[in-house]
This record gives sequence, C-alpha cells and structure tokens, in this order.
Amino acid sequence: MSAKNAQAGSSLWRDAWLRMGRNKAAMASLAVFTLMVFLCFVMAWFCKDPNAVTLTNKFAPPSGDHWMGTDALGRDLFSRILYGGQISILVGLVATAVSVCIGVSYGALSGFAGGRIDATMMRVVDTLLSIPFLVVVIVLQAVLSDWSSDTSSWIVTHWKWDKTFTDRLTNIVPLFFALGLFGWLTLARIVRAQVMSLKEREFVEAARALGYNRFRILVRHIIPNTLGPTVVYATLTVPGFIMYEATLSYLGLGVEAPNSSWGILIKEGANFMETHPGLLLIPGIFFSLTLFSLNFLGDGLRDALDVKASKD
Amino acid sequence: MPLLDVQNLKTYFHTRAGTTRAVDDISFSLEKGEIVGVVGESGSGKSVTCHSILGLLPQPPARVEGGSVTFDGDELIGLDPLLLRAVRGRRISMIFQDPMSCLNPYLRILDQVAEPILVHEDVSREEAESRALEMLKKVGIRDAEKRANSFPHVFSGGMRQRAMIAMALVTKPDVLFADEPTTALDVTVQARILQILRDLRDELGVAVLFITHDLGVVAEVADRVVVMYRGKVVEQGTVRELFKNPSHPYVKGLLACRPSFETKYHILPTVEDFLETKTASDGSVTLRERSDAAQRLEKLESDGDLEGASDSSALLLEVKDLKVHFRSVGGFGGKPREVVKAVDGVSLNIHKGRTLGLVGESGCGKTTTGRAILQLICPTSGNVTYAGVSLSGLAAEEIRPFRKRMQIIFQDPYASLNPRMTIEQALLEPMNFHNIGSGREDRRARVVSLLEEVGLSSSHLRRYPHEFSGGQRQRLCVARALTVEPEFIVCDECVSAMDVSVQAQVLNLLRELQDRRGLTYLFISHDLSVVKFVSDEVAVMQAGRIVEQNDAEQLYRNPVNDYTRQLLDAVPQSDF
Repeated sequence: MSAKNAQAGSSLWRDAWLRMGRNKAAMASLAVFTLMVFLCFVMAWFCKDPNAVTLTNKFAPPSGDHWMGTDALGRDLFSRILYGGQISILVGLVATAVSVCIGVSYGALSGFAGGRIDATMMRVVDTLLSIPFLVVVIVLQAVLSDWSSDTSSWIVTHWKWDKTFTDRLTNIVPLFFALGLFGWLTLARIVRAQVMSLKEREFVEAARALGYNRFRILVRHIIPNTLGPTVVYATLTVPGFIMYEATLSYLGLGVEAPNSSWGILIKEGANFMETHPGLLLIPGIFFSLTLFSLNFLGDGLRDALDVKASKD
Repeated sequence: MPLLDVQNLKTYFHTRAGTTRAVDDISFSLEKGEIVGVVGESGSGKSVTCHSILGLLPQPPARVEGGSVTFDGDELIGLDPLLLRAVRGRRISMIFQDPMSCLNPYLRILDQVAEPILVHEDVSREEAESRALEMLKKVGIRDAEKRANSFPHVFSGGMRQRAMIAMALVTKPDVLFADEPTTALDVTVQARILQILRDLRDELGVAVLFITHDLGVVAEVADRVVVMYRGKVVEQGTVRELFKNPSHPYVKGLLACRPSFETKYHILPTVEDFLETKTASDGSVTLRERSDAAQRLEKLESDGDLEGASDSSALLLEVKDLKVHFRSVGGFGGKPREVVKAVDGVSLNIHKGRTLGLVGESGCGKTTTGRAILQLICPTSGNVTYAGVSLSGLAAEEIRPFRKRMQIIFQDPYASLNPRMTIEQALLEPMNFHNIGSGREDRRARVVSLLEEVGLSSSHLRRYPHEFSGGQRQRLCVARALTVEPEFIVCDECVSAMDVSVQAQVLNLLRELQDRRGLTYLFISHDLSVVKFVSDEVAVMQAGRIVEQNDAEQLYRNPVNDYTRQLLDAVPQSDF
C-alpha cells in the first residue's frame, strides 16, 4: 500500500491527518492502540518470563509480584498477555497488510482490465473461495513446519539471534501465509466493483483525453478513490484475523504451546471461567480494547480520507 | 379567495455552520385552474417552498419559522401530520424532475397509478384500476390497456413522466405541484408534456404550480410567473407583463442572459450587468440595480457587430463516414448479440478557429461522435483526419502527441474532476506528464495565470473540487483542458446542467478564449438556442446520422429537413 499512498500525493495524507486530529474518538483510539503496541512490544521485554511454571503458586490473585495473578500452571498472567499480544497484533496487522496489498492490486487490475482478463481473474478468486480454509492451513502447516524450524536454526547460528525469540517468530510465519493467501479474496471483489464503476466516471475519461497512460490512470486516479471502503474493510478484518489465529491455535495449528496469544489465553481462561473469571476477563479486556480502538480508528480514517468531509 | 394562499412563508435551515434562509418571507397565491410558474436558479428556494407547503421537509434541520399557507380555507402550516397526509396525494399532488427514479421499478405501472386511489379512497381494486387506466389514456399513453401491465423500465423517459402525471392526477386533486417535470426530457418530448399539462388543466380544472429554472418553459405553459432569488420573491406578474416589462434588475438580467434564436450579442450580458449585490456585515443582502446597466448593454451590443469577420480558414478536422457500432453483451449461451449503431456514417468538417454545433436529442449518438473523434472510443470504421494526419488506427503511443492538441470538456464538471486531487495537483499533472513548461516554478506560474484566465484566483489552488460551485468547477475543467495548450476542444453538453446565469458566464468564457487563443470548438448540445449562440455552423443529428448541416443563420432560418423543423418548433418561445 505504502508505494501507492506515496503516489496519491502527499497533501491528501496531510489533509487526512489534520482532519483526523479533530476526530476525538479516533485520536483516543489511536492513543489506546499505541499504548497496546507499546506494552506488548516494549514493556514485554522487562516482564517476567511468560513460560516460567511455578506449580506451587497457581491461580494466585493479583499482587505486587504478579500484577494480574497467575494461571493454572502458576505462570505470570500479565507477561503472558503482553507476549500473547505480540503474536495477536502481529498476526492481525501483517495479515491485513498482506491481504490489502494483494487484494487492492488484484481487484483493481481485474476491474480495470475488464472483459476476459477480469472473468479469468475472478474465477480464480471463486476457486480459492471454494477451497476449505482449514484444509489448506493444515497442509501449509505440515509443509512449512520443517521449513520454519530450519530457518529458525539458520538465523540463530548465522545472525546470533535469541533462540526463543526466533522460534516464536518463525513459528507464526505459516500462519501469515495461510491467512494472507485467503484474506484478500473478499477485498479483491470489493475493490473490483469500485474500480468498475470508477473507470466509467468522467474524470477517468478526462485523464484519457489528456493522454495519460493506463498505469497512471489506475494508480493515481482510480485506486485513491477506492481508499474509503478499503480502509473500513481492512480495519474490520484485523479482529477477524486475530480470531482466526485463536481458532487455529486452539486446534493446535497456529501458535504452539507454551507460547501464548490472546486467543489461546481466552480459550484457556474459559476452562476456569466459574472458579477464576479473571483468567478469562483480563485477556478479554485487552483483546476487546484493541479491537474497539481499531474499529474507531477505521471509521476515523475513512472520514479523514474523505475529502468531501466538512471542514468544521 | 385564492385556492392556495402563501403569506410571508419563512423556512430556515439550522445547521452547525449557521442558519440558511432558504425561503425568506415569500407571498404568492394560486387560483383555481391557474398555472403559476415559479422560476429561479438552483438554491433559490423554489423546491423548498413546495416542500414546506406539503410538510415534506426533514425537520430538523429545516424549520418553518413563520407565515401561513391557506389551502381552500384551511391552514396547512402546523397542521397535524395525519391530516396533512390526507391532503397530500389526494388534494395536492406532486410530480418530480426525474421520472426514472420516481417510479418503483418492482411494481407494474398500473399498480402504481392505482395506488393513490386505494390509499385515499374507499373503493374496490377493480374500480381503482379502471380509473387508473382511464387516466393513463388521458395523459396520452397509447395502447394503455396493454402497456399498463408492464414495468417502468420498458417505458421511455417521456412515457414515465406521463405515468407520473397520471399518478398525480388520478385522485382528481385541486392542485398539482410540478417540480422541474420536463428538465430531464428532450425538447420534443418536453413540448408534448407541456401540452398534456395544459390540456389536463383545461379538462380537470386543476391548478398547477410549475417549478422550473427555464424561462422559456414558463413562457410557454404558465399564466403567471413568480421569480425567486436567494429565498425571496423578487418579482411576480402575468407572463406577458413580466417578459415585456421586467422591473427587477435580476429578472432583467435573467431574461437578457438567456441566448435565444434572435440573440445578436457576441458576448452575452450576465445577471451581474444588471444587479449589484451587497452583503452587509450581518449577512443580510441588499440587491440594487446597476446605474450603468444600460451603458453596459449598449457596449455589448456594439461589440456584437464585430462578428462575421472570420471567414473561410484552413480545415482543421475532417471526419469521413464515421461509424461506431456497439455489440450488446450476449449472455452465456443466451440470446445472440445485437449491434447498436450509435454512430452510423457521420461526416463533418471543422475549420480552424470556428465552432461547429452538433445538436440532437438524447441517444442520437452526438456524444459518441465527439468521443470517437478524440479516439476515446475506437470507431468501427471511417476516418478522422486532424491537421492532415489520419488518427484512425494509430497506436496509443502515436496518439499521445495529439492528446495535447485536442481536449474535451464534459457535462458534469464535478464528475470530471478527480475528487481526491486538489486543483493545483489536477492542473499540474497534465503539464508534468506532457513536459510542458520548464521546471516546477514555471508550471506553477502557468497554473496561476490559467486560473486567472478562467476567472478564478490563486487562492483556490489548495482546494478540492467539491468546495467549488458548479460554474466554478466548469471553469476548472476548462482550465485543465487548457493546461496542454490545445487548439481544438470538444464541449460535450458543457453548459447543459447549469442555471442560465451561470451558463451565460461559461459561454462567454468559451467565446473569450476562442477570440484570444484562436480555439476551434465542436459544441455538442441538445439546447438549440445555446448552439445557435455559440456556433458558426450547425449539424443536426438523428439516430446516428447527420440529417442537416449548414451555416447557423441559414439552418435556423430555413430548415430543410423535417426533423430539424420539428426540433426548432419544439423549442419553447418567449417572444411576445
């Protein structure tokens, strides 16, 4: 996306930023989201080991030592939430970014080309949509799990990275592949429909009359006008991806134990819902706060990107 | 006592940005069986008046702040919504501008026309349908029995508007509000609809409040006229009185700036030549007649004598036997493809520095012709020769140099500007792309001087298209076309969606640019008066072919072709 954004002209984004500054809900959401990212990606390094089991201290209530108590194995919940957040936020954002990149380019090309190219490209989308998602993920996981452990050890020996960290990273790469491979399909259809109506608009014809080539028309005149729906759809898919990750992890296909993610924490917490509701509620609150802030942010972005929005 | 009496009606819109006085203290009346035309430009409050009377405005933001509307002795303002609903549709009906979107596409015509009867009267379905059928015959739908059972999409625009009128009159209302009912229609269809309205008035005795921006239509159909400007009634009187002796400067300007077949001006007068607008610090506006209006008009008239100086010049564009055929998309294994002959053998010659007017009704292929000449649509056959070079069969790369020399201005200036680009970006882009001007600063300077040339200023550079008015947007489109310094411009219905006062300004701009830069125009329009004003030569198009082409004066004075004569007769005339 970023390359296209740069070409859409800096002032569109500068104006959008100014407009967003006036939207209090969006700015508050931005603050909440930034705080989440800060907690998970910076604070986490100063926390306790999330995988350190202390069986003598399970289900401990919040205390000075364990800010949010401990879980069924006596692991510190706070640091597990922060480490889990790394995975969840990464999965959500990276998978969305991947699907936006593929979806927008694919959909725009398909809609702009029209005719047989469009028909063929859309049949490919239909075909992919008809393949059961889980089957592909299982296959991918099987194929890529060897690859990911190989890569991990390669990085550790060559680049001298921390082993647990590298493992955690390569562990979720197949997940990105799986989600990215399927996430863009709907967006491609949305963008295609937008482009098909936009390319009939007179400003596109005016651009043709001015002799611009097709690439320029598509990138500079059509794609920027599809931004509104794309942004909204993208922010709505982030929670979707996080949920997918949780589902897959639950089935043992995503993040591997003992690593955590918000999805895993919520599933684990659900087991002790009646006796220790905190194990469900606290990760749930983190999860919902992030999703809420992303949704408001998406709405704010859409309004901010709408140049027709009033100036007051 | 008049049937409908509006006294001191005030409707304000309260928004965050402030209060807009959409209707500001207006009074007029409507007698039984009378047709009153309400004329004004867009935003003058004529539709709001109508909607206020019927209680159809969204409240808030709108609020009726004062005044009274008495209908047949009853006060309508502040009436209980339930009682008002019994008036609406039964005693006061309404028809709208766009017959395409006012009919429900999922219901048969007969059902829709019968619906008001079933809602307002306690009659059987059979009786309602038979009355609906009768009304459909009255508004001139042939084979009504057969066609009444079809759905709206098979009806043409004129037929749909007839169905709308039938729907409005089927309950035998006392008053009909017609809100721009013929604006979206071709002149010949418009003439028939106006005739039907007058006949129905005579037959049913219904009073009509006819809202329009077109003075010609009012002169044709109305008994009395109310002219609105900025929410106020500036003048009212009988049609003859008002057209012969307008007293308010706005009305004088409005009448003068409308090109007619007799217009002799080289540059049209505008409303500003008559009217001086002063906005006080509290936002109130005072309108005054210009003291030098007479001199201004005289000057314009004397300038008109210059015309006819340019005669035979070099041939710039030659179109020979141009054909554009579209294949309708056949379904997968469905019905075979049909060929639509949008343009079917058009030949034209355009001389340098002159204007060729291309007139015809919607769907006759005039727009397609313009686009095929510019090679925006690939012609099926035929040849376009521009300055001695044949454009047919050139590759995209080879066409590019010609894109600088030929430009197009569209009907809807808003749709033809990218909503996400500032004016500066939109005007710089063509220069950057075609490498016009030396360096950034030079291009910027060119943009500023272009904006000034089309009557805008450099303070507009950072704005987006939606922040401009319709007329300003069209100036922007003209400026953008001029960035590449073309010599030939296709104007595709470029003033058709505008108020007459704005239209006059844009027409004057085009004319001034032609005088200054020696531009050549192909002026495509359905408005015969406008075409007469701008063109040196006129071609009349019907069903993909040119039926007559001649010098403008000659063609309008002595039309040879039947279709041309029909078109000319259908134009509403206001000569008294």
